[in-house]
Parts: sequence; structure tokens; C-alpha cells
Amino acid sequence: MERNQMRRQLALIRQSFFDQGFLDEQFIQLEELQDDANPNFVEEVVTLYYRDSSRLILNIDQALERNPLDFNKLDNYMHQFKGSSTSIGAKKVKAECTQFREYCKAGNSEGRCMRTFQQLKKEYAILKRKLEAYFQQARQAGPLETACRSRN
Amino acid sequence: MENGFSSPRSESFPAGLRVLVVDDDPTWLKILEKMLKKCAYDVTTCHLAREALNLLRERKDGYDIVISDVNMPDMDGFKLLEHVGLEMDLPVIMMSVDGETSKVMKGVQHGACDYLLKPIRMKELRNIWQHVFRKKIHEIRDIEHENIDIIQMSRNGSDLSDDGQMYCGEDYNSKKRKDFDKNDDKDFGDHSTKKHRVVWSVDLHQKFVKAVNQIGFDKVGPKKILDLMNVQWLTRENVASHLQKYRLYLSRLQKENDLKASFGGIKHSDFPPKDPAASYGHQSSISLNQNDVANGYQFCGSNFIAQDADTKNHEGDLKIVSEMTEIKRTLTADVSDPQKARSSKSFGHSFAPLETEASYPAFDSTNPPEFSWRENTETQVKKELKPHLQLEDGYSQLPPHGPQHQIQMNQLQSDPEDTSVLSLTGRDISGSMEIKPLFTEFKSKHVSHVSPTESAIDTFPVQTKSQLINHQSFEPISTVISSTKPQGFNLSITDLESSQSNLTSASDPNFAPINEDLTVWLQGDYYSRNFGQSIDFIDYDDPGFLAEVPFYLYDPLTADFQCPIDSTTECPIVDQGLFIA
Repeated sequence: MERNQMRRQLALIRQSFFDQGFLDEQFIQLEELQDDANPNFVEEVVTLYYRDSSRLILNIDQALERNPLDFNKLDNYMHQFKGSSTSIGAKKVKAECTQFREYCKAGNSEGRCMRTFQQLKKEYAILKRKLEAYFQQARQAGPLETACRSRN
Repeated sequence: MENGFSSPRSESFPAGLRVLVVDDDPTWLKILEKMLKKCAYDVTTCHLAREALNLLRERKDGYDIVISDVNMPDMDGFKLLEHVGLEMDLPVIMMSVDGETSKVMKGVQHGACDYLLKPIRMKELRNIWQHVFRKKIHEIRDIEHENIDIIQMSRNGSDLSDDGQMYCGEDYNSKKRKDFDKNDDKDFGDHSTKKHRVVWSVDLHQKFVKAVNQIGFDKVGPKKILDLMNVQWLTRENVASHLQKYRLYLSRLQKENDLKASFGGIKHSDFPPKDPAASYGHQSSISLNQNDVANGYQFCGSNFIAQDADTKNHEGDLKIVSEMTEIKRTLTADVSDPQKARSSKSFGHSFAPLETEASYPAFDSTNPPEFSWRENTETQVKKELKPHLQLEDGYSQLPPHGPQHQIQMNQLQSDPEDTSVLSLTGRDISGSMEIKPLFTEFKSKHVSHVSPTESAIDTFPVQTKSQLINHQSFEPISTVISSTKPQGFNLSITDLESSQSNLTSASDPNFAPINEDLTVWLQGDYYSRNFGQSIDFIDYDDPGFLAEVPFYLYDPLTADFQCPIDSTTECPIVDQGLFIA
């Protein structure tokens, strides 16, 4: 019972991710890739993403401290970051990346770049928390629940 | 599993397709790996481009297809793409989160089979096997085209005296086709046929370059090369496509060299495909080297671009041929009027491979094709080629490949002692094509020149048209060169010279950029070899070369190619650059 309830809850949470625009189709693709050979595939990928992207965030932070800003470099970093974020379907984060790059291209909006990046980091952190909680709950609910769909 | 899909499950093709994935993003690498595995493919992953190249080189014929990201820290994805195309001739798929048209176009120009946008769906990966299959089929076609070109060239070339070059396309075609088909079937079924995929090892490439040099750049043709190389299992198609790549590679190198070589400052960042002639600044670059040659050589570079708009590298050969002819005409027409580059337009040579960022040195179209592409940079070309590279302007239009040419030109300069070397007569095109090989050869320095002249062109009687051509071919070389052996650039530079194409200078540019790359793979002694020999430009009938010659070189448009061909151009000699570290 409890387990079922947990599963139902999990499903709702998962659905909210999509409804609220935190995640997109790509996340479902990851879920579909999960199978017996890789039962925790999605979680592994997400973990990998957060680990790798934190390094990028650090680089961007540092780059933003320079004066004047090297927009090219920033754009480059952000390009990488965006690529990474698309891998897990981090929709909001991706949107912030795009916005940031626009400002970089304009090349004259330091303030906007900074603000966008702050926003980006916020979204990034929010998603991280949500996903961590989600995976934890999934583990509690039982292996079947990690993803709504599992395929072999 | 040595060739083709040597997979234990070859019957169930495409299962077991051996894929190499290169991406610096670990998250994506993991995802792609999983996706490909789900497609029942045999996956190998890599974080770095260099690592990927090593893997590919180590296990020749160990992979069927490569998927690579565009943005990587250690090497540009496009560059990797070129190398793979050159050395291994594998289909490469590019990926990026950036779907900008310009990027995609760049990818295609560099030879990518496909360009996927991230996030990538599994269904997109499922069908990648089609690229492998398609490539095989295209190889056959290319060869056939080459044959056609050769025939055309001979018809067009006014002085295609080099009868050796023309091989009977028809015969070849039919033969090729037969072989190919036969092989093709077998390939998929049982990898017994050697034809499946030729891995151009350094040795093999060296043989190739050697053969090219021996034959003479202007006379080079896949068949001849094949005969000389004496490698049993190699087919004419293999050689033909390799030759094409080689030329592309050289031209790319040349472009790069051109860029580096501050030639007349011709900066054509992007050759407007539409305006081949004008933009071939490379011509000027060529003239740089040659001093004399420069004038003659009208880089048909622009031509290439124009033409090449549609033809990608593959077709480059075809186009080049046509371009060549045109160039010839142009060249002969008026040395001082490089602008005649119009013919260059025909170089459908796909500049794609050329990343001409180099600004082609404007060469003087007027310079008599004296590209003596001698190995020793005896800028024979200089002799009278005094290409008035007006390319300055032209270059700007020149396709990106332009720069390459410049470099080459520079080199040539040193060498053109006898501008006539470039005896491009009628063979301009071939010359240019040959030039490519020169690049490799030029290791010593000629490379920068329109290379063809240097090596093979001893006698460029460039007065005519051929000059331009030389350079053109380089384009492909650059890309190709990296992996292939320094094909004897027997640039039929001599031909070029004779044609007086103002290309003379043009030829150089091609080489120049190639040099660098060439050295990378040419390792060395080829250069000297090739260059020293008189680059006899093959007649136009050898489409192979033509194709190679970056057409921007040929650009007859030289409408004002003022390629300041000053032999002192610093076109880096290919000699070392060719090989990619």
C-alpha cells in the first residue's frame, strides 16, 4: 500500500517536472534507455551531468569576474553548458543558457549577462534539488519506480 | 573483422556496425553510448579528438563510422572530420547543440555525412548505417566521374599532349563499376573483399605520394598512381578518392598557410561561391611565390567556389576539370588579366574542404606561369610571372580556400626558376591538381608555393591557363593530406606554368596551407621527393588532380587578381606541416 502510494506520488512528481517546464522530452528518452543492463541509468546520467557542469559553472563564474568580459570565452563556456544541459532535458536551464548567449553575442550587456547567469544558477540548483529528491524517493519506492517506463 | 563491417553479425547488417563516438561532454558520451548499444551497434567512446585519431590509426579499418561533436577542447571537430576523411575515408557525422546554418554548412563542406542537433534522438542514430552504405556507393560514382573528367579534360585541354593521362574513362568506369559492385556485395556479406575500406596508413600514403611524384603532378591519375604503387589490393577507386582528398587537404593547408603568410594581405574570408574568379585571391598568393608564376596563375580558386557550390568534395574533381579548362583559357588569354578567372568558376571544386581562411595573396595574374615548382623552391615561377596580383580585391571574394593558395604561392616563389615549369598548357587543371602533391613534397619549402610547381613543375610553361589550376587542387589536398601519404605532388605544375595561368601564384597558396597539414602526415621525405621532380601537370584529363587543385587557385577570375606573388611568401612548406601531429 505504502509502496503503491509512494509510486503514485512519484509519478505525480515526475509529471510535474514536465508540466512546470523543468524537464523536457529528453528526460523521457533517458528513461527509455534505462533497462536491466542499466537499471539506474537516468540517475547516473543526471549525477554525471551535475558533476561535470559544476566545473563549467565555476569557469563561467571566474570568467564573469574579469574585466572587461571576454564574451567569446563566455559564449564558448555557455555553449558547452547548454550542450550538457540538453543531455538531461533541463529545460529551464537551457533557456537561461540561450538567453545568456544572446547577451554575449550582443557583447555589451555585462549587467544582463551577470543577471542571467545568476538566474541560471538558480534554476540549475532548483532542478538539482528536485531531481535528487525524486531519485531518492524512487529508490524508496522500489526499483521499478525509478522511471515510469523501463524498457529492456 | 578487417574490412567493412567485419562483424560477426554481418548478415544482420547494420547490427554490429562499429561506431566511434567522440565527445568531450561525458554526459553525452554516456548517453550516446547507451543509445548506440541499443541499436545493436558496436560502440567505442572517446573524450578527445586526438585520442580518437589514435584509435582510428591504430586499428585501421576497425571502425565503420565516426560520430563527433563539433566543439571539442583539443581539436576542432571540423578538423577531426577532415583528418578522418583524409586518412581513413570513413563517414563522419557531426553533432552539436548549435544548429546554425553556417555551422551546418561548414560541416557539410568539410565532408560530414550528416549533422545532428542535440538533443539527439535514438531514431536518428538508428539510421546512421545509411551513411556508410552511401559512401560506398559514392566512391564508385566518384571514380566514374573522374573518368569522365579525364575525358573531358582531354577534349578541352588545348594541349593535352600528355596522352598518358587520359585513361579511357569508359573502360575504367565499367571496370570500376564492376569491381565495385562486386566488392560492395561482398563487403556487406563477407569482408573478404579488400575493397571495403582502404586505410591509408602512412606507408601507403607515402607510396601514393611517391607515385604521384613519379608520374608527375600534371599527369597524375588514379590509374597511374595505382600502377606505380603496385599495391595489389588497392583499387583505382581507392586511389582516386584518396587523391581527391589529398588535394583538398593541400588546398586547405594552403589556405591556412596563406593566412599565415601575409601575402599581399588578401583576405578573403569567404569566397563567395558566386564569384569564383574574383575571389581567388589565392592566385595571388601563388604568384607570391613564383614571382613569375604568379602572374600566370589565375587562381581558379574562385572558380572552384563557384562551382563547387554544389559539388562537394567529391565532385570537386569533376568540376575542377571543367574549371581547369576554363582556367586554361583564361590564363592563356591574358596573363595580365587574371580576371579571366571566369573559367575558374567551373571549378566546382568543393571548397568545402578548404577552410580558406587564409587570404590569398593576390597574385598577379599577369605573371607568366613560370611556376617552376621545383622542389627547391626555385621560384622559377618568378621568372616572368609577375602576377599582378590584384587579387587583393579578388581575394576577399575568394572562397575561404583562398588563403591556402597564398601560401602556396609563396612557396612557389622560391622555386619558380622557371616559370615555365608550370607548363600548364592545357593542363592547367591538372597542374593544379598536382599541386597538391607538391605540397607534401614541398616539405622543404616549396610547399607553400603552389606546390605543384615546385615539385613537379619544373617546367611550367605556364603561360597558359593552367596556372590557376594548380592551386585549386590543393584544396582537397589539405584535407586529405593529413593522412595520406604525400602523394607525389607531381604537380603538373609544369603544366600550369605553361598555361601561363596567373595561377602560378595561385598554386602556391594551396600548398601553403597544406604544408602544414601535409607535414603532419606526410612526414617528410615525400616532400623532397615530390618537389624535386618536375611536376608535370597532368593534363586535364586527369580529373583527379583537377579536383584536387583548389579551384580557388584556378580562379581565372583573377579579374584582378593581383596576387602579389612574391616568391618570398612565407608559405610554409608543406614539408612538415602536412602531417598532423
